[in-house]
Amino acid sequence: MIDLMSGLSPAWPVLIAGVLCAVMPWHYARKALMILAPLAAGLFWFLTPQTGVFGVFEAAGFTFETFRFDPLSRIWGLVFVLAAFLNGLYALHERDRMSDTAALLYTGAGLGAVFAGDFLTLFFFWELTAITSVFLVWAGRNPAAFRAGHRYLAIHVLSGVLLLTGAVLYANHSGSWQFNAVDVNAPGGLLILLAFGIKAAFPLLHNWLQDAYPKSTAVGAVVLSAFTTKLAIYALARGFAGLEPLIWIGAIMTAFPVFYAVIENDLRKVLAYSLNNQLGFMVAGIGVGTALGLNGAAAHAFVHIIYKGLLFMTMGAVLHRVGSTKATDLGGLYKSMPLTAFFCLIGAGAISAFPLFSGFVAKALTISAVAQSGQTIPFIILVFASAGVLEHSGIKIPYFAFFAHDAKKRVKEAPANMLLAMGLAAFLCIYLGVNYGALYALLPFSMEAYQPYSIDHIVGQMQLLLAALFAFTFLVRFKLYPAEIPGVNLDTDWFYRKAGNDFVRWSWKMFDRMMGALGHVRARIRARLGDRLFNVFSPAGALSRDVPSGLLAIWTSVLLGIVLLIAYLA
Amino acid sequence: MIEALTSFLPPILADHAVVLAVVIPLSLAPVAAIMPNGRLGWLVALLGTLAAAILTLSVAGDVAQNGIISYALGDWAPPHGIEFRVDALNAAVLILVSALGLLGVVYALPSVADEIARDKQSLFYSAFLVCFAGLMGVASTGDAFNMFVFLEISSISTYTLVGMGAGNDRRALTAAYNYLILGTIGATFFVIGVGFLYMATGTLNMADIAERLPAVQDSRVVQAAFAFIIVGLGLKAAMFPLHLWLPNAYAFAPNFVTVFLASTATKVAFYTLIRFVFDIFPSDAPFVQVSFLWVFAVLGVIGMIAGSIQAIFQNDARRLLAFSSVAQVGYMMLGLGIGTMAGISAGVLHLLNHAMMKGALFMALGIFALRFGVRQISDLSGLARTMPATSVAFTVGALSLVGVPMTVGFWSKWYLVGAALDAGWWWAAAAVIISSLLALAYVARLLAAIWVGKVPVHRGEEIRSRAPLTMAVPLWILAAANVVFFFDLSPVLELARAAAEAAFAGGIR
Repeated sequence: MIDLMSGLSPAWPVLIAGVLCAVMPWHYARKALMILAPLAAGLFWFLTPQTGVFGVFEAAGFTFETFRFDPLSRIWGLVFVLAAFLNGLYALHERDRMSDTAALLYTGAGLGAVFAGDFLTLFFFWELTAITSVFLVWAGRNPAAFRAGHRYLAIHVLSGVLLLTGAVLYANHSGSWQFNAVDVNAPGGLLILLAFGIKAAFPLLHNWLQDAYPKSTAVGAVVLSAFTTKLAIYALARGFAGLEPLIWIGAIMTAFPVFYAVIENDLRKVLAYSLNNQLGFMVAGIGVGTALGLNGAAAHAFVHIIYKGLLFMTMGAVLHRVGSTKATDLGGLYKSMPLTAFFCLIGAGAISAFPLFSGFVAKALTISAVAQSGQTIPFIILVFASAGVLEHSGIKIPYFAFFAHDAKKRVKEAPANMLLAMGLAAFLCIYLGVNYGALYALLPFSMEAYQPYSIDHIVGQMQLLLAALFAFTFLVRFKLYPAEIPGVNLDTDWFYRKAGNDFVRWSWKMFDRMMGALGHVRARIRARLGDRLFNVFSPAGALSRDVPSGLLAIWTSVLLGIVLLIAYLA
Repeated sequence: MIEALTSFLPPILADHAVVLAVVIPLSLAPVAAIMPNGRLGWLVALLGTLAAAILTLSVAGDVAQNGIISYALGDWAPPHGIEFRVDALNAAVLILVSALGLLGVVYALPSVADEIARDKQSLFYSAFLVCFAGLMGVASTGDAFNMFVFLEISSISTYTLVGMGAGNDRRALTAAYNYLILGTIGATFFVIGVGFLYMATGTLNMADIAERLPAVQDSRVVQAAFAFIIVGLGLKAAMFPLHLWLPNAYAFAPNFVTVFLASTATKVAFYTLIRFVFDIFPSDAPFVQVSFLWVFAVLGVIGMIAGSIQAIFQNDARRLLAFSSVAQVGYMMLGLGIGTMAGISAGVLHLLNHAMMKGALFMALGIFALRFGVRQISDLSGLARTMPATSVAFTVGALSLVGVPMTVGFWSKWYLVGAALDAGWWWAAAAVIISSLLALAYVARLLAAIWVGKVPVHRGEEIRSRAPLTMAVPLWILAAANVVFFFDLSPVLELARAAAEAAFAGGIR
């Protein structure tokens, strides 16, 4: 019993709170749960005395390690708890039992997955994150959100199935269910990588993200943005650190969403694209696999959850007050929502990695790691993408939402709880950028030698940022910037959303026709044989119409014939 | 665990428990028929199933301790007289039938009162008792011809039960008629096969046949017997493509009948298949070996894909679940077809689990039907607000059907995939996974209607309702079983493993 208590995973209080929340009829009690559960989880985190594996139990012949507390899972666990707390605060005004429950269970599942020590536990929580988070998408409660939720669920369940299949194969090969570094060449290794890749929104596997997140509610998108992809990043860092192709995958991930993000009109979708771009930095850091690279990925994930959450929160506040996050509907909101605009600017500064903001101290690590690994082209792509980040997240989001032409929307400032959550997140963005030692102390590897605020870092970054700022000003001034037009940008998900759907419909229609044609053929044969036979056996024609039982009898005899044949031939 | 159950009955009962579990419900059937009203008829049925369940527990305990029980009816020694013979394999089936029969009867009262004409209710319970006794008999007997008799007893009463749905929907009559024609064809095939076996071996006792068959296994007569018997029993078990009777029968029968049939009847037929294929026919004979792959596995795989696809396109909720049952039978057939110990035990495990999930699903649908006359999927719209508790139970069953972790359905698929991979059957494992994804699609249709659909409103107010207690309790027992057994599968797994071992050891021989 003592053993059990001292090593309880922080996931449990959150999961239990989620279950309670599901049956709790009182709004205020649910809100209290949403605030208290992360605090309890944080307490569990702090009380865990040392690294090690706890919460081990056996069932059905397998060993489940529910709480592996080591330098890698530690930092992810902490930021998940932190994000959960901010989310709880941000959601305080919302009266939606489904959303509350889903958010808590989803957070708990994310924590559980991060602390999982073996593949089976990982798989359970992996699937649980998918099943619980889809309700956050559905919380949008409109047909588009509903369909997007279906697609989202299908893809994530597929990821879980791949993970399980891969894990079974891998365990058969290695003889252990332990989740540690995975050999990608062993049987099942690729499947596991693919499962992680889907959740991490690798290029071409990424569409679910842009598809689902912007269709969720104001709160839902904030919660969604924190856990799923970062869980995948954790899993990659644990399983595939140093896998060289990941550098390239990461570099591509940082680059291609930039174009989509620049032309996209829905600002929350822009954020979803930029989420993708940010993940690319982390994946590239993992691909390098050195202590610096992994530290970069971990630090980036940590600060990213906070500032990306902050940006989604500001857009959520806009959605809450204005009812839209389309760039064409917005503009000039700084007059009516000054605080939100201010927090948004801080988030933008952090995501663009301005010095003294948290993004700077994290991104510096990754880019240094890639530079040290000697991969020149990915390095250049990453630098280019950093400028792109500034373009679409750093400037575009605040500019079109709060400044630009005034859309004459006069609304109230965001609710107090939202402001508080945003304020806390904004504070963290700056605090971690200034007092970067606190962040570095959490990282999985020792960081004593590293100094982010060196002259060349600052100068290099400022050059980049100023050039990008100049480019934006120039383009907007001379009306060369792609105009914000309401429209749909085709991404590769067109292939399954439209083409796949059409194909299935087409096949179904063709099948229908084929059956119809077969019916004609049958009718013709019957006509040729003459209806006399039928008339003999059923004067009223009842038997000829009553196909089912006759057909069945025929099937039965056919099968008998087949089995007889098989038995004879054997 | 089960061992502890022995000897809790006085010896006079315990010695005859095997046969009493069949005889008591059978002899209570006429008693139920003469009861003046449905309520008393129900009470008699309850007594019958309760007695059978208690006796079965004693039998199961006995089997767990002593291995095989052999009971000679009327003290006529086995090869000549009729023998009841129970080993771990049919003990598992007996537990399943009696437990679900009992839960079903507890559940039945309000549903039957609602759907069956007042003057026919006691007759209805009488027919149910006959059917129940027949199924118990099929699962206990050790005599091939006697098995045919019990199969017919249970089948004929089933036709009646299905036909009684006519009060609600006249299509029940055609469904019952089709079922009758096909069931009779199946039974005829079976009895022809048994006749061939008698011709080849000169005996009807199953253990005796098993002993004598290897000597004559190369004769065409035995092979023909094999073909007739597996097609006949396959039809009863709704093996694809012999399942066509099932969807309409399940969709139009009274709700309670569907609950009972879906969780027991095909399961018993599946048991008889295992018994014949593994124990009676020499399982190393070439024609049996070939049929594992080319009959059971192939038809099982086709069945689970085709059944699932067909389920996706249904509009009637019970028809949808019926097609899903066809797919689930496919899983069991695949387990049988793998032909290894792991395969059989996965098949039996799914047999037990499927009874829990389908039982819960049909029970919940029955409650919805009782309260709101729900038949179509669109009728389920918004029921999560209207009847939250029942909806949750339904959801648990539905998730279990897909095989989502935290439900027992997950373990079914887990062991089945494991068994397929052990045998090196990649395609079969892939088919299980594809079929699970298809299951997700049709289950999503149901759950989406319940949870996301528009809440029914009456004069501006949301309608609220709750299930009658006697219906809610069995439903919740089954729904809870789906979750509890996920966390501690060992009791079910133990049953399934013992059953597979018994099948493999030739429990009959």
